[in-house]
Formats: sequence, C-alpha cells, structure tokens
Amino acid sequence: MNDFKHQLLELLQQDCRIPLEKLAVMLNTPMETVAAAIDEMEADGTILRYRPVINWDKININRVEAMIEVRVTPQRDMGFDAVAGRIYRFDEVKSVYLMSGGYDLLVLVEAATLKELAAFVSEKLSVLDTVTGTATSFVLKRYKQDGVIFESASHDQRLVVSP
Amino acid sequence: MSERFLSQRVVAVPPSGIRRFFDIAGTMKGAISLGVGEPDFVTPYHIRNAAIESLLSGETQYTANRGLLELRQEIAGYLSGRYHADYSPDTEILVTVGASEAIDLALRVTVEPGQRVLIPDPGYVSYAPCVTFAGGVPVPVRTQMENGFRLDPEQLERAVTPDTRALIFPYPNNPTGAVMRRQHLEALLPVIERHDLLVISDEIYSELTYEGEDHVSIASLPGMRERTILINGFSKAFAMTGWRMGYACAPEPLIAQMNKIHQYTIMCASRQSQVAACEALRTGRENGYRDVVSMRESYDQRRRLMVDAFERMGLKCHLPEGAFYCFPSIAATGLGSEEFCTRLLKEEHVVCVPGTAFGPSGEGHIRCCYATGLKQLNEAFARMERFIKRLGVSA
Repeated sequence: MNDFKHQLLELLQQDCRIPLEKLAVMLNTPMETVAAAIDEMEADGTILRYRPVINWDKININRVEAMIEVRVTPQRDMGFDAVAGRIYRFDEVKSVYLMSGGYDLLVLVEAATLKELAAFVSEKLSVLDTVTGTATSFVLKRYKQDGVIFESASHDQRLVVSP
Repeated sequence: MSERFLSQRVVAVPPSGIRRFFDIAGTMKGAISLGVGEPDFVTPYHIRNAAIESLLSGETQYTANRGLLELRQEIAGYLSGRYHADYSPDTEILVTVGASEAIDLALRVTVEPGQRVLIPDPGYVSYAPCVTFAGGVPVPVRTQMENGFRLDPEQLERAVTPDTRALIFPYPNNPTGAVMRRQHLEALLPVIERHDLLVISDEIYSELTYEGEDHVSIASLPGMRERTILINGFSKAFAMTGWRMGYACAPEPLIAQMNKIHQYTIMCASRQSQVAACEALRTGRENGYRDVVSMRESYDQRRRLMVDAFERMGLKCHLPEGAFYCFPSIAATGLGSEEFCTRLLKEEHVVCVPGTAFGPSGEGHIRCCYATGLKQLNEAFARMERFIKRLGVSA
C-alpha cells in the first residue's frame, strides 16, 4: 500500500475536482487531515497548480507547438541553471528540461502561428550568447499526454450484468 | 418439438436470475451498470504483449493436459510464497479454462449421486447448478449480514447430514464481500474434520482482501491440505476475465481424476492464455505484484466510497472486506430485491443485481459492483438516492 500522501496525490492527479469529503472517505482519513495535507503540499511546492488536460484540437484556434533541442555552453559556477532561467522566462516557453545525451536543454514552445514560432527561435532563443545551436521539431499530432490518451475514447467492453 | 430429446436433469435447473436484467439493460441507453462481475481494468499491457509475442513466434499448438509446466511451476511458487500452500507442479496442479471449469471438475470427481454439497448462501450463481449437474444435491447454508456474511460453525454443523460429501468454500465472497480471517477458519475446522468433509475452496478473489491480514487459504491450515481442493485463477487479481485462466490444486489422487475429465473434454486450456498467465506471475514475482497492489488500492478507495454512499441514502451496508462488491440491505425500502432492481433500472437506469440471484438468503439485498469509474459511481449514487427518496426512505 502506498502511504496516505502518495495515494492522495494519485487521486488528485486523476481528478483534482474530487470533493474533499469523498477523498476523506476513499482514503479512510478525517476530512481535516486531508485538507491539511493538501494545504501543506501546496505550501511546500509539492502541488504547484491544478489544471485540466485539454485537447486543443477540439476548438478552433491557431496553435503550433515545437520541441527544440538546445545546445548551450554551461557557465562557470552556475552550470546550466542560469541559461535555463534565461530561456524559461519567455512566455512562449511551456517547459524546459535539462537532458542527458546529444544536447543539453529540451524546450517546449507554443505559439499562435508558425511564423511567430520561427521568430522566437531566430530572434530570441538563438541569439542568447550561451546558446551554441538549436534543432526545432514541430508537433504534428498528439496521441497521449500526461497519461491521457487523446484519440480513442475507451469504452467499456464489459457485459452489463455478469455473475 | 426437439424438447423431447432433452435431459430432465438439465431442464430442471432454472436459468440464471441475472439473465433477465441483462436483457432489459441491453436495450437501454445511458444505463449505468453496477451489475458487472469483473475488473474495470484492462489486462496490464505487458501481459497482453506476452500473448502477442507467443502468437507471432508460432506457439499455436496444444500444451500438456495439465498446462504448461512453466506455468504450473509459477503457480506453485506463487501459492507457496503468497499463501503458504504447497503443491507439486508435476502432480498436484491442473490449469483449467477459468476457475469455473475447476469447480465443475472438483464436483464431478468427488460427488456420488444424491450426496449433499453445502454452499454458503448467498453465493455465486454457478455452484448449485454445477452440483446438480454432477448428480449431487446442493444445500444452502444461510449466512447473515449481522456477522458479516461469514460462515458460522454452528450453522455449518446444523446443515451437515451423514450423506454430506463436501463444502464449497468461496471466500472472499461474491456477492457479499465476506472474508474468513484466520480465526474464523480455525473455528470451522473441528466441524469439517468431525464430519470428514471435502472442502472445495474457491479463492478467485484472494488478492482482493482489504485491511488487516492478507487472505488466508484454508488449505494452509494444519490437516486441511489433504481434504481441500484449492481453486484460484487470474481473472480478478490480474484483470484477465476474458482469457479464461484458472487452476485447481489438490493431492495427487484428486488432481489425477480431475485431469482425466479435463483431458477427455477440454484437452488443454488455450496456450496463449497460459503464456499470458505465466507472464503475469513471473513479472509479479519480480516486481512485488505491482499491478495487483495498485488495483487493490484503487478498489479499496471505491469500496469505502460506495459503503459511505449507501449509508447516506439510508441503506444498511456492512463494510465488505474482500472482492469488489457491496451487498447492502434494501429492507428500509419495503421492496423485494427483484422489484427494487427492476424499478431502479426502469426509473433511474441503474443496473444492480437482485440478491435473490445468489440464493434465497439474498432476499432483501442487492449486489453492487464498485469496479467502475468514479464518475459513473457518483452518478449512479445520485440516481439511486433520488429513487430511494421517492420510496420514502430517509437517511
């Protein structure tokens, strides 16, 4: 059995709108304790934000995404953190990861149009003096994100009644 | 016209009481079913993949009658490690087409015509018909909500007669969720031994035991191995219902006779299913049964949610300690089980199974399965609450 906090986090990750009283019942823990644990994890940065997983293709807006592999020169005393900080502060940047392997940072970027995204790479990202190279790949289709499969709405294959 | 060819022994057995609800519910759009009897998880991907790999590499032949030796070895290791029940893979384990086949075989090789077989009531729908098909006489032994639907030694004692051959022992229980803990088993042993009963222990829900000690197999208790046929399978623990993978374990003389019927009627269980089952146990052994643990955790949460929902509605419900069913009392509504379920289905489009489908002692109860998504569960509770309020029950 996972401990209480672990179970709580997994339930919230599944659906963060489960009411407190139901969480309390499911975890066999008083409501006050559940509330306190959530408060505590919000305060210490374990839980950062609650937000839905959205399939943007369902609504008609312009949106392009790209994953950019970035090679950088790490800085003395700061390693990769300083340059990562200069990159993740851009609003267009949705995620930044330090990677092992052939490049250093993986940067997920979102923009309204291809042109905007291209401009971000050439005018904002590449010109940073520590960036030595970039390789941009555009997202063509999203199959699964954060554990949620996008296309196949899974339907219950079970018999309605079985012994 | 062709009816004249039918055997009366078969015709006399009524069809399953579940069937009728299945037919009505099937025609209804937007019905939520709490009537299912299987996990809402799909078989873990690595298990499915093992079966695919085996097909691709051309493993399409019969296996040994008793099942792949490798699988029997895994089963032996699993039962010994998890439940301290030790069986020889060579002579004491038979792989069957679901636990259902194992139950049928166990009865057919042990029951003489007219001998009585005791069945805790309410109980799984197949036991009594299988006893009848085997030529025996099924005898329900009443269990009650007041003591968690556990089998009580005195009630067992009262049910035994000189021509009683066996006790079917299905714990954790479908439909009640009852679990027999070690002390409950120990209390039964003197009665079982005094009357020299064979125990057919259907432990298909063994992995779904909540709180306290893990499942205890009655076969692991002193002196019981020799008089027990242990039956288990992969359907519930590994979410593998459609694969039809079960097994029986017992001393060699019993398994040898069961294997005789099995080899003449079935030949062997499906090879792909056996390969998948092997993968389930091997991986489980290596990773501490991670899939099972996480499924159990999720069932446990929903179990509490369902019991809480029934209590709020004003339906008395004991906290089930195993399986994935609640078996609340609907006495407060004044309706019989059949009528309650029929009206609930027609008025609110929620499927539950009337307790009477599981034997006469099920009257006044309904079986509700909580192996269903949280959203559907909560919607089903809301509908049931509405229905029960209309019946004038106050929480």
